[in-house]
Amino acid sequence: MSSRWLGAWPAIPALLLLFVFFLYPVVRMLGFSIEGGTLDWYTKALGESLYLQVFWNTFEIAFWVTLICLLLGYPLGFLLATTTPGWATVGFIFVLLPLWTSVLVRTYAWMVLLGRNGVFNRMMLEAGLISDPVPMLNNFSGVLIGMVHVLLPYMVLPIYGAVRRVDPALVSAAEGLGASNSRIFRRVYLPLTLPGIFAGSVIVFVLSLGFFITPALLGGGRVVMLAVMIEQQIHQTLNWPFAAALSAVLLVFTLAVYAAAQRFTRSADA
Amino acid sequence: MSRRALVVACTAIYIFLMLPLLVVFPISLSSAAYMQFPPPGFSWQWYERYLDDPQWIDATVRSLYVAVATAILALALGVPLAFSLVRGKFPGRWLVDRIALAPLIVPTIIVSVAVYGLFAKLKLIGEWYGLVIAHTVLALPFVVLVMSAGLRDFDRALEQAAEGLGASRARTLLKITLPLLRPSLVSAGLLAFISSFDELVVALFLAGPNMTLPKKMFDNILMEIDPTIAAVSVMQILLVSVVLILIGRFGRGLSNSAR
Repeated sequence: MSSRWLGAWPAIPALLLLFVFFLYPVVRMLGFSIEGGTLDWYTKALGESLYLQVFWNTFEIAFWVTLICLLLGYPLGFLLATTTPGWATVGFIFVLLPLWTSVLVRTYAWMVLLGRNGVFNRMMLEAGLISDPVPMLNNFSGVLIGMVHVLLPYMVLPIYGAVRRVDPALVSAAEGLGASNSRIFRRVYLPLTLPGIFAGSVIVFVLSLGFFITPALLGGGRVVMLAVMIEQQIHQTLNWPFAAALSAVLLVFTLAVYAAAQRFTRSADA
Repeated sequence: MSRRALVVACTAIYIFLMLPLLVVFPISLSSAAYMQFPPPGFSWQWYERYLDDPQWIDATVRSLYVAVATAILALALGVPLAFSLVRGKFPGRWLVDRIALAPLIVPTIIVSVAVYGLFAKLKLIGEWYGLVIAHTVLALPFVVLVMSAGLRDFDRALEQAAEGLGASRARTLLKITLPLLRPSLVSAGLLAFISSFDELVVALFLAGPNMTLPKKMFDNILMEIDPTIAAVSVMQILLVSVVLILIGRFGRGLSNSAR
């Protein structure tokens, strides 16, 4: 073996698997969308208001999920990075335990909590705060709550990493010069942790775009996201070319967000 | 924001994170036939119902051996791949890196539909090893990420010392390199196991009539919510806790590899 290919051969078995059972099937499936040499399925996906609404829903939900995750994830990541090692370990356990608990279990638990006869509604009814159950399930807010719960750890981890990398000497210097807490946050932490905020937001946004389980169960058929519609095209209407066209659009969106993020990160580094 | 306000805010966020995990415990021990909170009385009936139902047991056993096979296959393929990516020098290595992590980026629904199309043609729907192959594709990025992090921190002087003392390359690999990488191997294997054991979307398409545990749970949630699901959820949460403890005890820290 020539030295040009030093250490390449151990990659071959894994690459074979990825080519045969990942790249090839995806390309093959995307090919269905242009079968017969027409772009009709794309015109349908991007032209009819019913489907445009689904695209819009997907983006809207992804946007709100990302924003809420950021608002909740920043304080949490910040606390974990600035507390004592002992507390940080405890804190991490309670971020990682939900992360690795099945999405299905967590979604079911939210149905128990948010349902018409769920825990929250019963407690509020008994306390006399409300006279009728508040609908929290099978609507926008239910999907939002469930998705934020699943995706929050993906925001916390990069922000934690970014806060950890902030040089404590800078913070001491700012304190020594008499800066207030809020000023230290705005002038030192916030600018220096922007890469972490950005990385976390990109991950959460992209994962939201392709989300299936939570909208399928907590949306109750009323909040339809792109992944749910793709599944319906296969299992209910057996419309492969259309499912393929929708998948292609979802894939393009996903890769475009990643590519844009990478460009942005690189130009920020330069 | 003062420190105290930050702690109060984070406590609230932790309650939000843990509430869904905690609520299933009382419900799984409820004596009521449908969801009632707080539970009117105590009973083990939902656990008994799970244990007495061959469908649930069947699905659990299938999920377990699919997850074990996935972890083995993902390690067998992913560890050499990580070696190549970290230590190899060859043209197109960046491309291999991209391909290895791609299953993490491409939405699972797309992978599922695509593999479903291929497997339907190959008559692999409902076969447990078909599921293992698809789950291995999804688990590979985890193995590659954890192993690459472990390999980058590895002190190669130890290998050079072994070879300098006359050990063959195979002997160095088996006696020095792999034992020193054991924490990373443990983490990677357990992550691959859990990722397969919890996986629903691929199973929804590929499992056919043969249920996996997540698929059985999904169908039950859609049809009727009875507290059997809560009992299954409690067992799932306990399993994940055990796995996390094992990773913490014998593996490489998760937060290290996440960075």
